[in-house]
Amino acid sequence: MAAIIKHRLFWPAVILVVLLVTNVFFSGSFFKVEFRDGHLYGSVIDILRASAPLGLVALGMTLVIATGGIDLSVGAVVAIAGALACLRISGLDDQNSVTGVLLAVGLALLLSLALGVWNGFLVATVGIQPIIATLILMVAGRGLAQLITDGQIITINSSPYKMIGAGYWLGLPLCVIIAVGVAVVAGLIVRRSALGLLLESVGGNAEASRLAGIKSRWLILIVYVFAGLCAGIAGLMISSNVSSADGNNAGLLIELDAILAVVIGGTSLAGGRFSIAGTILGAVIIKTLDITIYTVGIPPEVTLLFKAVVVVVLCLAQAPKFREKFQRRRPSAPATQAPQQKVEVTA
Amino acid sequence: MSTTFESLQKRVIRRPQQRHIPVLATLALLCVMYGAGVVRYTGFSDTQIVLNVFIDNGFLLVVGVGMTFVILTGGIDLSVGAVVALTTMIFASLVRAGWSPIAVLPVVLLVGALIGLAMGSIIHFFDIQPFIATLAGMFLARGLCYVISTEAIRIDNALWTSLADYKIRFGGFHISWSVVIALVVVLVGAYVLAYTRLGRNIYAIGGNQQSALLMGLPVGRTKIAVYTISGVCSALGGVLLTFYTSSGYGLHALGMELDAIAAVVIGGTVLTGGSGFLFGTVLGVLVLGLIQTIITFEGTLSSWWTKIVIGALLFAFIVLQRAVARRTS
Repeated sequence: MAAIIKHRLFWPAVILVVLLVTNVFFSGSFFKVEFRDGHLYGSVIDILRASAPLGLVALGMTLVIATGGIDLSVGAVVAIAGALACLRISGLDDQNSVTGVLLAVGLALLLSLALGVWNGFLVATVGIQPIIATLILMVAGRGLAQLITDGQIITINSSPYKMIGAGYWLGLPLCVIIAVGVAVVAGLIVRRSALGLLLESVGGNAEASRLAGIKSRWLILIVYVFAGLCAGIAGLMISSNVSSADGNNAGLLIELDAILAVVIGGTSLAGGRFSIAGTILGAVIIKTLDITIYTVGIPPEVTLLFKAVVVVVLCLAQAPKFREKFQRRRPSAPATQAPQQKVEVTA
Repeated sequence: MSTTFESLQKRVIRRPQQRHIPVLATLALLCVMYGAGVVRYTGFSDTQIVLNVFIDNGFLLVVGVGMTFVILTGGIDLSVGAVVALTTMIFASLVRAGWSPIAVLPVVLLVGALIGLAMGSIIHFFDIQPFIATLAGMFLARGLCYVISTEAIRIDNALWTSLADYKIRFGGFHISWSVVIALVVVLVGAYVLAYTRLGRNIYAIGGNQQSALLMGLPVGRTKIAVYTISGVCSALGGVLLTFYTSSGYGLHALGMELDAIAAVVIGGTVLTGGSGFLFGTVLGVLVLGLIQTIITFEGTLSSWWTKIVIGALLFAFIVLQRAVARRTS
């Protein structure tokens, strides 16, 4: 029992359950999942669908954060990928041509990879602090996205493209399948090989791992490229879901939600410890929170307030210093801790 | 000492200290941009153009001052834009409820200070990263805006309108009260950073928090203080924004934290803390303002070029900082 409570994902899981149960009180049929027209319908499916893009972005962010970095530019990459794909498709003679759509998608993903390389180059080779290096693309990227769309909202009418964000396969939403697939592949690669260990060691102490013979430069480059790719896929999902690209608003503030999901999932922002399952759980929590607020009937504008409360509560619950104060109330000796640079959660 | 050529070279050419190079680079950039503007566009040489940059960016200047304090300690404050919006919202709603603007002023400054104080306390007492704590502050402040109202609220107050429209004239030019207030804030901030114990503590913490702690400096108090200062500056920035827009709205100052951070970085302050000047931030704000002016003068360029140019400048300055830091170490 104690082991369960102490598990890293215990509190996030409790919050998710509380949110889901709250929903049942306000909407009795919340957990009802129907099978209609060969598709699954229901609120739970909706939550999963809404979580897919965020989960993907957060997945890339997790690995970046594991190396002690951060990627602020994902929102801009989301907008750029969607904008480029929609621009290419809108220029097609036949917007329903599968090859044309695949070409557009490939091009958009290639550009996202290139943007990831740019971020990785700045961080790994030039040696710029990650938060600053990615700030450049965060600011300039929005401009680029608007440049691609010429400041307009590009609307398209392409059923193959629509599949990515709103389609179904085997009764399940395609975007969920894609997101889960990427997460599983990433999880297998990272945890079944030494890669994850290497990433954590770079995040724990980049200099020490370099001395230990780890090529941290390549690892760092790879995680930013992966984050760019994930953001690109998410950008395609988001723009395909609404069949349009909005350079200004697509993926706005998604970097903050993604970082939030990563933190909720128990990954330390200081680097060196990460959990992919936790991140996915975090993304689902955030989207469940959004939907709960709708079902309960609270004005959606207040969502942000709730998010603020959740962030503070979760961060405090995970903060070693807070736990210490909470647990060591009994002993008479005041907890005089030596200043620690990097503190591990007692897990 | 007799001045041989070498020592003269040392004195004249190596005179700018390493830590001044980024600020000097910004100054040079500003001069080049202004010069290019004057050559290229008719009417650009009018001094009023420069004054207008100040008038249009007074609030950003005030917010930038607070951001400089935070970044000098090695932290970051993402909540500034949201606090600016919350200030305009509280201001507008209280004025609509019949309060005098003069009475509202201390209220909004207090709210800003409290939000900053709360974030600083969370950061210090619980060791939460500034990024996350101020992100929560950002959500909180924007959320509170929408709780007050989802619509924009006009500020209809004779006193406020006359203050906002008042032009301080001298020699054919004019500035607004917001410029005066912003410059006063800059001067006070520069004095605090350069000549007070708090200022030196801020630089010490940004340089190396561990050493500062071992030296017995009040690290916790100073950290909480900078976030409180940033909160107050954001609130004051919000007040200045109401001069400019005469309204309160939850979507005001969206993404302003990026502009403020960009201004601080372009102004030569190192984002890891410990090195930088408030004067640089003033230059950074001027660069941002001048980019917008040039794009307006150019006429054919669309507004999104502003973002691309700011991004390119950020890149250039960050690489410059890296180069300087490498040579020093």
